[in-house]
Amino acid sequence: MATMTIARAINEGLRASLANDPKTLLMGEDIGELGGVYRVTDGLKKDFGAMRVVDSPLAESGIIGTAIGLALRGYRPICEIQFDGFVFPGFNQITTQLAKLRTRSDGMLSAPVVIRIPYGGGIGSVEHHSESPEALFAHTAGLRIITPSNPQDAYWMIQQAVSCEDPVIVFEPKRRYWLKGEVDTGAPVGDPFTAHVLRRGTDATVVAYGPLVPVALAAAAAAEEDGRSVEVIDLRSISPIDFDTVTESVTRTGRLIVAHEAPTFGGIGGEIAARISERAFLSLEAPVIRVGGFHMPYPVARVEEQYLPDIDRILEALDRAFAY
Amino acid sequence: MNGGRLPTAEFEVEEVERAARTAELGQDRQAEPDMLRILDPEGRLADGMTAGIAGELVDFAPYLSTSDAPHLLSLYRDMYLVRRFDQESTALQRQGQLALWVPLTGQEAAQIGSGRAMEAQDYAFPTYREHGVALTRGVELSEILRLFRGVTNGGWDPRERNFHLYTLVLAAQSLHAVGYAMGIQRDQLADPSLPQAASVAYFGDGASSEGDIHESMVFAASFDAPVVFFCQNNQWAISVPSTVQTRVPLAKRAEGYGFPGVRVDGNDVLAVEAVTRWALEHARTGRGPVLIEAYTYRMSAHTTADDPTKYRLSGDEQEWRTRDPLARLETYLRSAGLADDAFFEGLADEARVMASDLRAAVLSMTAPDLESRFAAVYAEPHPLVQEELRFFQQYESGFADEGKHA
Repeated sequence: MATMTIARAINEGLRASLANDPKTLLMGEDIGELGGVYRVTDGLKKDFGAMRVVDSPLAESGIIGTAIGLALRGYRPICEIQFDGFVFPGFNQITTQLAKLRTRSDGMLSAPVVIRIPYGGGIGSVEHHSESPEALFAHTAGLRIITPSNPQDAYWMIQQAVSCEDPVIVFEPKRRYWLKGEVDTGAPVGDPFTAHVLRRGTDATVVAYGPLVPVALAAAAAAEEDGRSVEVIDLRSISPIDFDTVTESVTRTGRLIVAHEAPTFGGIGGEIAARISERAFLSLEAPVIRVGGFHMPYPVARVEEQYLPDIDRILEALDRAFAY
Repeated sequence: MNGGRLPTAEFEVEEVERAARTAELGQDRQAEPDMLRILDPEGRLADGMTAGIAGELVDFAPYLSTSDAPHLLSLYRDMYLVRRFDQESTALQRQGQLALWVPLTGQEAAQIGSGRAMEAQDYAFPTYREHGVALTRGVELSEILRLFRGVTNGGWDPRERNFHLYTLVLAAQSLHAVGYAMGIQRDQLADPSLPQAASVAYFGDGASSEGDIHESMVFAASFDAPVVFFCQNNQWAISVPSTVQTRVPLAKRAEGYGFPGVRVDGNDVLAVEAVTRWALEHARTGRGPVLIEAYTYRMSAHTTADDPTKYRLSGDEQEWRTRDPLARLETYLRSAGLADDAFFEGLADEARVMASDLRAAVLSMTAPDLESRFAAVYAEPHPLVQEELRFFQQYESGFADEGKHA
């Protein structure tokens, strides 16, 4: 066991992947000499060389498109997109090529490409540096999407993404990069495409993922002071979604809040609400309530604290669920 | 002439009223660069072919197959068969047997010449019009029609032929070709005994405007990737002339990326083959990428859904018909005494059989069951796909008594 930050855990996970499989390689902007703008790839170029840790030209479509070509030649490229809002020049390659390669080839070809994207707000940054575009990718069949919320998951889930035969997008909660936790490098965390129940409760369930998991846990602790027993689920995987774990929880608690930073309209919360209403309608004491961003482009840094779901926004949603 | 007996354009072309505008659009703002050619439109073979490329005089003699008679006949055969394939496919589409067809007539020399220049270990990334290249890579022509019949979005195993699946999003495959070449580089570093190889990125004058072409050339140049960019400038991106895509000859763009660019007469199969052989050798031997612009003409429509009479002049089509890639090689083969009527008649017979077999193959293609499509979305088990498959099976089984649910 070692204590490390999420950023360090991803670094160690990438290091393990590079060491374990000579066909893996990293590609991205500023990931080599600099070690990435968040230093997640720090030291890897020095240890694995420029052919395996590639400082690419500044071109996101180029990064994804050449990664697909490398995958066709038997490589397992791990791409870094510098910020969430900069993924869109690569959106075409991700959605029309990477996601569809397997279907287009009638299952003959695989595209084991990993795309790492630091995402979410709360860092006081400028436009395009604080977004949560996961739903845009979740809507595309052929992709898998995961998002770790703690160092243990981060260390293992990045390696599991690399070994997966399907393309995997790893959304990394950038404002939690410095969150510390224990990492057991000898104990894999199991299927990365499943949700984890982090806190048991009996009266309501809060589902969160990525940067909002600590917020959901804090809200549950606060609710306990009001005599409410709140279960917290870390979704971990956004595509596929582990509906079994969520359904099982809701059949016990009867109330469900889904929280994410992304705008609620057309988001993951809506998908979960719809599925749970289909699967557990008679168990529900109240409608599923979504807590998320508003239907606006991500706001300027000086007001982002008002925009981002926080403990109070989750508690307010719980109040509504209990009052129903 | 035998090649001339095959109709080259499906549409009877009429003069259109917007002639003045088209002439204005079509006026050649592209200064004519040196265009490499060994076989002229009249079927006369030049003594040799040399060019100054990137400050170096290149003599293409070692790459020319002009003295190899059986090879010349086989080039003609490939071009003839793929034109016949094109016509049969157009007919199949007209008869409702294919959803769409993308004709290649006029571009046979560009495709057969470049395709035949490749070695087995090279890897081609086509657009959706590279039927001639497919033929040279050993793809069954009927497999191409599976896509246009609507029974698959692919059609063949690319790994068996080193010929990737058709890519319909313009220029996307160019980056795949560069990435594949970067993989070749790494493989050769790991195992220098591997045969030297390169990839070929096919695209057209229209796709040359796409950002992915720019990014792929930047990546290729930065990493000296063993890739040949093969642009068929067929003058028209559906209805928009190439002058709208570029103000300079496309081959000249290579200079801006720092690698050689060559314009070759795309209707001269011998020149195309030689230039591509040279470019592949350049790429394979670690000297980096090359851009080839094969200057040619789409003698038919963009697709069977297109109507060229609305945007271009029959005069232009007639003019290009005199540069027909098959006709000029036939003229040469006859004048040099390398082929006689018996050869061309035998080839026509072979093509008739091929077309008939092709038709039978298309008519026997059966649609896949939607159920089978669930299995091709992900490589590893996926709970949502499994759940939806179970629903679909259950839903369909409800119609068991009535036979298959339409």
